[in-house]
Parts: sequence; structure tokens; C-alpha cells
Amino acid sequence: MNYTNTIKISVNALKRNKFRSFLTMLGIIIGVASVIVMLAIGQGSKKSIRDQMSSMGTNLIMVMPASQQRGGVMLGNSSAQNMTLNDITAIEKECPAISAVSPEVRSSGQAVVGNSNWPTSVYGVNNRYFSIRKYTIKSGRSFTDNEIQTYAKVCLVGQTIVEKLFEGKTDVIGQTVRFKGIPLMIIGVLSEKGENGMGQDQDDLIIAPFTTVQKRILAITYIQSIFASAVSEEKNNDAIDQVTTSLRKTHKLKDGVTDDFQVRSQAEMVQTFSSISDVLTILLGAIAGISLLVGGIGIMNIMYVSVTERTREIGLRLSVGGRATDIMMQFLIESILLSVLGGIIGISLGVAATSVAASLMNWPTVIMPASVVMSFLVCSAIGIFFGWYPARKASNLNPIDALRYE
Amino acid sequence: MGKTIIEVKNLKKDFYLEEITVHALRGINLDIKEGEFVAIMGTSGSGKSTMLNILGCLDKPTSGSYLLDGVSMGELSRNELAALRNNKLGFVFQSYNLLPRTTALENVELPLFYNSKVKPKERKERAIEALEAVGLADRMFHMPNQMSGGQQQRVAIARSLVNDPVVILADEATGNLDTRTSYEIMALLQDLNSKGKTIVFVTHEPDIARFTTRQVVFRDGLIIKEEMVTNRLNAIELLNALPVEESI
Repeated sequence: MNYTNTIKISVNALKRNKFRSFLTMLGIIIGVASVIVMLAIGQGSKKSIRDQMSSMGTNLIMVMPASQQRGGVMLGNSSAQNMTLNDITAIEKECPAISAVSPEVRSSGQAVVGNSNWPTSVYGVNNRYFSIRKYTIKSGRSFTDNEIQTYAKVCLVGQTIVEKLFEGKTDVIGQTVRFKGIPLMIIGVLSEKGENGMGQDQDDLIIAPFTTVQKRILAITYIQSIFASAVSEEKNNDAIDQVTTSLRKTHKLKDGVTDDFQVRSQAEMVQTFSSISDVLTILLGAIAGISLLVGGIGIMNIMYVSVTERTREIGLRLSVGGRATDIMMQFLIESILLSVLGGIIGISLGVAATSVAASLMNWPTVIMPASVVMSFLVCSAIGIFFGWYPARKASNLNPIDALRYE
Repeated sequence: MGKTIIEVKNLKKDFYLEEITVHALRGINLDIKEGEFVAIMGTSGSGKSTMLNILGCLDKPTSGSYLLDGVSMGELSRNELAALRNNKLGFVFQSYNLLPRTTALENVELPLFYNSKVKPKERKERAIEALEAVGLADRMFHMPNQMSGGQQQRVAIARSLVNDPVVILADEATGNLDTRTSYEIMALLQDLNSKGKTIVFVTHEPDIARFTTRQVVFRDGLIIKEEMVTNRLNAIELLNALPVEESI
């Protein structure tokens, strides 16, 4: 008995029941397709988070009051006010792994120009901020030290502000934007940056000297957060250590007292978001995996019914010289063919559905070759696993009983 | 008469059903020579079906010996028996047992699929030859449900012929057919027999047995009568004698 013949017998048997074969495959098709789509979406979101995070700069170091991380309600507002300009000066002096540092104070509200207005945020920073956050100035200039010292009412605006408040006019330098009653003269326009990893519009902002935001808009003396650049990505951990040591010193924290601030690097955030989307991928994959299992059980069900239904056929095959192994191989190959064929259709369907999802809904998707290979292997395994029992049952039939079966 | 093809000596077969032992065959001695057309007769429960199963290598005897074409089947494994069925035997069943939704040609090819020595091209040629031999050359691509009972049985006979077996075993092959079609089938078998095929034909109809060359009558697991058919019927003559309107 050669295998070409067995395969031909199996193919003929499946062809005789085209519709039933298709229905049987449907479970596997849907299972495989959903595994591929789900994993592609999971991986895609992970990749896009990673890409966009690194576009923000992988050597970015952020310092925030600890209360923001632990929940402001519990620790109260006072702890959110524990950073001052002294911290910036100290970091500049004491941290060789830090190349640039800037304070950040933020205020949200309506920006008004003439009779149009737009809800946005004003970021109060120093002029190192642009390089730290990878903003480039498209036209105009950054503010000077003198303007910082004098709380100058000047600002730079993002592209979204230009669009919303000036209807896309190119020449906005010299115009005035009013924010919370304070008129700020535009001295520069930022280049477009797009959305960040969390879907925030990074062009919807106004940047002003931090002193201006502190004194004129918020009327505060503390700073809300500190942004800094490590000299390189590899120095991220050194930078975090140095900043931590420096801030503990300026904050006069004794040993054993927990930090009243938190230093985080962009790389850490990339990891956090990646692990979130990993959990998501596993969850989606598990759901899809269950539907694949259900598909496999469907195949077993049909093959089992098919053995009973074809008892006389099996008897006949045994009587014309088919050996028990031939019968077993026939049924096993039938179920493997069903699952592998279903798997191939499922993979194509999954890939097609993924690209439709990517183009119609703008979802970031990445089809991993591993997920394609894996689902294909799983299909073959399902074919063997769920085909084995019915196949064995068929091959163990007594030819005489099988021939007389009604 | 040529060499002995089937040689059965003191063959016994018992079935064990819970506490009762059923002696289906109680010591059968039977020789069938090449070119014979033997009818095995008997009422139901006489042991004739058990005998056919053993002759067909589908079942093993409890004791006694059975030589088929010089091969003792008692010592063979399951797989060797399957090979023996494939090479030396052809089966014809009462209910045809054709594969549904499968053309006549593919049905006839079936035994050759289990013979790895036969190449696909030869397989098809031999199946076509067998169908031509039973007069169904024009029905090659018809499905069983597109054919009459007689035609289906002829496909089954073609299937039993295709491996060129030493003996054809027919189990009530005319049992499901009307008189006229039965005669047609018997005419075909007589024709094959006249060309040298050995045929063992199980039936309970005495008039059908009269088409054969020898009758063996079973009762209670023993052969009670064994005789040559004296006034053998010719199926073709009978067919011609049948009233014409029946053929419409």
C-alpha cells in the first residue's frame, strides 16, 4: 500500500461530501483566521506603541512628584508641590549623565484669538525643552534667557493651534494668543509631530517660558515635572540614579525615607506599555485558541459520525483487501486534510482580514510569521489528535459485521 | 477440471456467546477445483454464511485447515489475509455495496487501490476492461443511484473481476433482484465461468442453484448433500424464453 493511493482515496472521499467537508473545515478556518487577526492586532499595537515612544526619544528622563504615581488624593496636593527650580539647578550641576534638563509647568484652558477659541494646554519650560522632547522650530525662534527672567509674554505654538485658531495661515509670528486672559505673542511655530503612543495630539500645545506660566498664569512657585535627556540611551540607568541621588539631597530626605518624587525613563514606559499589550495579545490569542479547539472538536465529531455512517464502506474496503492500517490512514488523512486545508484557508482569510482591518480602520497590525507557522502546526496537530480516535475505531471494525451493518 | 483451488479439511467454527457455544460449522470437508461453479445452499442458520466468510478470508476457523490456491490461511496475519483477499478473491454482495456518489469506474478501481503493484494508468485500463466484460462500457461514469439494481450488481461483479482473482465469492448476489435481472446476472456469471473463472455462489433459491455446476447443501453446520447439477439451466436461453413485455 503506498501513500499516494491512500491520499487519493481520502481526497475522493472528501470530494464525495463537498459541503460537509466545507462545514467541517469552517470551524478550523474561523479558528485559525481569528488567531492570526487577534495576534496581528495585539502585535501591531505593541509595535506602534514602541515606535512612537522611541520617536519621542529613548533617552528621555521624567521626574514627577510621587503623589502623581500613587494617587494624588491619598497624599494630598502638598506633596505635588515639592519640586522647585533648585532641583533643576542641582541636576544640572550634579548629574554628568544628564545632557539637558528643563522644568515643566502646565496649564489647561481655552486659547483665544479674535472670535475663535480652542481648548489646549500651555507648557511652561526653558529653552532646552525643545531638544529634550524632540520638538523642532519650523519658523521663528525660541525664547531667550532674558525672556525667561522677565516672565515675557511670548510663546511658541504647535500646528494644531495654527490650524484651529488661525485657519492654517502661515504667517502667525507676531500675532497674539490669549490664554486665561494673558496675551502671549507668538515668536515661533513648531514643526508637526503627530500623535504619540497614547493617541495624544503632540501638536496641540502652546509653549511659553516656565516663569511666565508660573507667575502670570498659575501663580505658583513650584514646578510640576522635570524633563531631562540622558547623554545616551545606555546611560539611562546612570542618569536615573544620579537624578535620584541629587533630588534626595536637595529635598533633604534621610536614609530610609521613601522618595517624594519618581524618576522614569522613556525606555521604562515603552516596557510598561509593551507588557500591557502583551497581556492583551495573550488574552486575544487565548480567545482565538478556544475557537480553534472548538473547530478541532467539530472535526472529530464529523469524523466520528462519518465512521458510523460509512461502516459498510469500511467493510467493503476491508473485504477487497484494505488492511486495518490502510483504513486508519484513510480516516486520519481525511481529518488531517480537512484541518490543514482549513488551516490554509484560515491563514489566507486571517491575513486578508488583517489587511482590511489595517486599511479600513487604521489599526496598526503586524502579522508575525511565527503566528502563521504556529497556527498551521496547530491545525495539523488538531487533525492528527482529533482524527486519531475515529480512525482507530474505523480500523478496528470487524469486516463481516461492517459489511452487514444497517 | 484443473487443480484444486479450495481445499477445506475438517473445518470447524464455534461462536462463543456469553455462556452458550454455537457450533456454526461442525467439520466441513470440501474441495473446489478450478473452473467450477459451485452453489452453496441451505436455510438460514445452516452455516453457509459462516462458510463463505471463512472461504473469503474474512473470518478464521476454530479448527481444521483451509488451503486457498495452495496457501494455508490459518497461519496468516490480519494483513496477510487482507493481501490474500486483494489478490485471490473477488466478492459480490447481495446489496451490491457500491460506494455512493462514486462513478462505476472508480468503484471498479477500488480493489486496485489496495494493490501497490498496480500503477494508476494500469488501474484505469483494467477497470475499463472489467466494465466492458460485464457489458457496462457505456455506464462508466454513472453514479450508482443513476443505475438499476442489475446494473449496480454488474458493476459489483466487474469490481470482483478487476484483480483477476482465483475465485469469485457471491453472497446471495441475486437476492435483491427480480427474475429477469437475476437471469441476466446468472447469464453473466455463466459466461465468466465458461471462460474459466471459478465461482462460489451462496443462495437459498433452488432454481438459481440450477445454473451452477455443483450444489453443496448445508444444514446445522454440516454438508448434508453434495451433487453435480444434472440438467443445468442456461440463463441466456431462459432469458430469451421470458415473455417480451417484461423487458419493457
